Amino acid sequence: MKRFFGFVKKEFQHIFRDKRTLLILFGLPIVMIILFGFVVSTEIRDVKVGIWDRSMDQASIRATQKIFSSGYFVPAGYIDHEEEIGELFRSGKARVVVVFEEGFERNLLREDRAAINLIADASDANTAQLSLTYLQGVLMTYFQSMNQDVEVPWSVNMKSRMFYNEEMKGVYMFIPGLMALILVLISALMTSVTIAREKEFGTMELLLASPLKPREIILGKVTPYVLLSFVNAMTIVLLGFLVFDVPVRGSLWLLMLICMLYITLALSLGVLISTNVKTQQMAMFISLLGLMLPSILLSGFIFPIENMPKVLQWFSAIMPPRWFIVIVKNIMLKGTGFAFIWKETLILLGMTIFFILAAVKRFKIRLN
Amino acid sequence: MEVREHIIEVKDMVKKYGSFTANDHLSFHVERGEIFGFLGANGAGKTTAMRILCGLSYPTSGEIRVAGHDVYRERERIKRKIGYMSQKFSLYEDLTVSENIHLYAGIYGLGRKQIVVREEQLLERLGLAHVRNRLIREIPLGWKQKLAFSVAIFHQPAIVFLDEPTGGVDPITRRQFWEMIHDATEEGITVFVTTHYMDEAEYCDRVSIMVDGRIDALDTPAALKQQYESVNMNEVFLKLARS
Repeated sequence: MKRFFGFVKKEFQHIFRDKRTLLILFGLPIVMIILFGFVVSTEIRDVKVGIWDRSMDQASIRATQKIFSSGYFVPAGYIDHEEEIGELFRSGKARVVVVFEEGFERNLLREDRAAINLIADASDANTAQLSLTYLQGVLMTYFQSMNQDVEVPWSVNMKSRMFYNEEMKGVYMFIPGLMALILVLISALMTSVTIAREKEFGTMELLLASPLKPREIILGKVTPYVLLSFVNAMTIVLLGFLVFDVPVRGSLWLLMLICMLYITLALSLGVLISTNVKTQQMAMFISLLGLMLPSILLSGFIFPIENMPKVLQWFSAIMPPRWFIVIVKNIMLKGTGFAFIWKETLILLGMTIFFILAAVKRFKIRLN
Repeated sequence: MEVREHIIEVKDMVKKYGSFTANDHLSFHVERGEIFGFLGANGAGKTTAMRILCGLSYPTSGEIRVAGHDVYRERERIKRKIGYMSQKFSLYEDLTVSENIHLYAGIYGLGRKQIVVREEQLLERLGLAHVRNRLIREIPLGWKQKLAFSVAIFHQPAIVFLDEPTGGVDPITRRQFWEMIHDATEEGITVFVTTHYMDEAEYCDRVSIMVDGRIDALDTPAALKQQYESVNMNEVFLKLARS
């Protein structure tokens, strides 16, 4: 046991003496969270809205007031010609224009239907889409509260999708995805590189010729990364909570347990990669290409899995981050217990066992 | 001549990689306390054989005992009794001289007090006491090589395996290094060394010369020179390689 701890200590020394490693370990998660949280936000704020009110009655004026009191929109002025819409967009004075039809209130009361046109500047498609969704939400809430019988002149199915994120905060979606990404990056990439480094410098030979057992060598190499990855996972949760108010509605213990499982999985992947490469560069290349890209693209982190072609959907099913993200979203945002995530957990557990067995097998073959 | 104990005993060792035979029925023994030179061109199968003796790989067949233990069943015991130095002088570049010593000594199960005492003696003898807290990457290659060797025998193994231990260092440092090897044998450590510098073979008690996976010659340097009517080991080697 003593010789094992001496070995683990050495691994910590490697980590704490290498500025680049430290930077990746502790700088990267923080930078990524801040970046994703603030820059790649799917939240909208202060979108400029122009109003073309062709009836100027009570209903349309109230609706306009509702829009601007929602906090997401600021007035860009009133217009009264169709041509002015294009002008507003081109000059950048407005992103969206709301058009109330003539006799808006009359139609609403007499015919139970009235038309509002929402026109968005789609040169920034993302913001446009989001703005329209927000606008629809604001208006629908208003008309429903005004008169239960009014048939709202547009059909919106956003309500159910935003249920756990009423304000549609982008960070809510990003935190679980970022955790999946960062943990894979640190656990798998760093371990595969650190083991490859021992091979490259010939120290692996020395260790293998020493009384240390192969499993002690591997465990000794990954132990520091287990601890550091775990610290990182909790840092992400804490940062999400402190900076972006992302809650942990479910059990924190359960979340930690799932994180440990996922870290183990990523580490065993890292070991598996390292058994197949000779150099650090190769390890890095395979980790980045084989793990990071799929984690970003196929896990549902950024692009919804339902929108992918069938083949890619199957492919995403073998991506560990996909299941991890589902579990973390459930625990953090919905507050569900183990009963609702056991299937996904079982999948992760199965994958972990598979990768550990594969890594052990590869390691033994290499020894012969 | 006194009959000395055979610390390494190899009978019909074969190692195959697919259809390629790296070691073709090797049979030899190494006596306790001698310097055994394992010579041959690159690719002759030296490293393969040495890796098997160190427990780094399994032979395909053959009967092999190292320090009294069977290489198939008692690898763990063998590993405790041997030291190993690779051709890369493998110390950790980002650890200090002292940390490297403590790490390897710890891996071989030495106690802290014992390590501190021996470390003191060692650094004194090598004249490296002033760099004990310097990182390995900051010290010259020659010092690194001496240190790597000292670390390999720090736990006083029965045998030390040296894999081309003099690559890339200047002749004077090489000369000094061979003096260190001699000192180690005085302490009763058997030295098993591979090299392709034929002049170094002169320092060995006995040498074996491998060609294409087989041992073509095995004797003392003097006997080999006489047998092949050569003035030095280089000539012996060339004659062997041509035949």
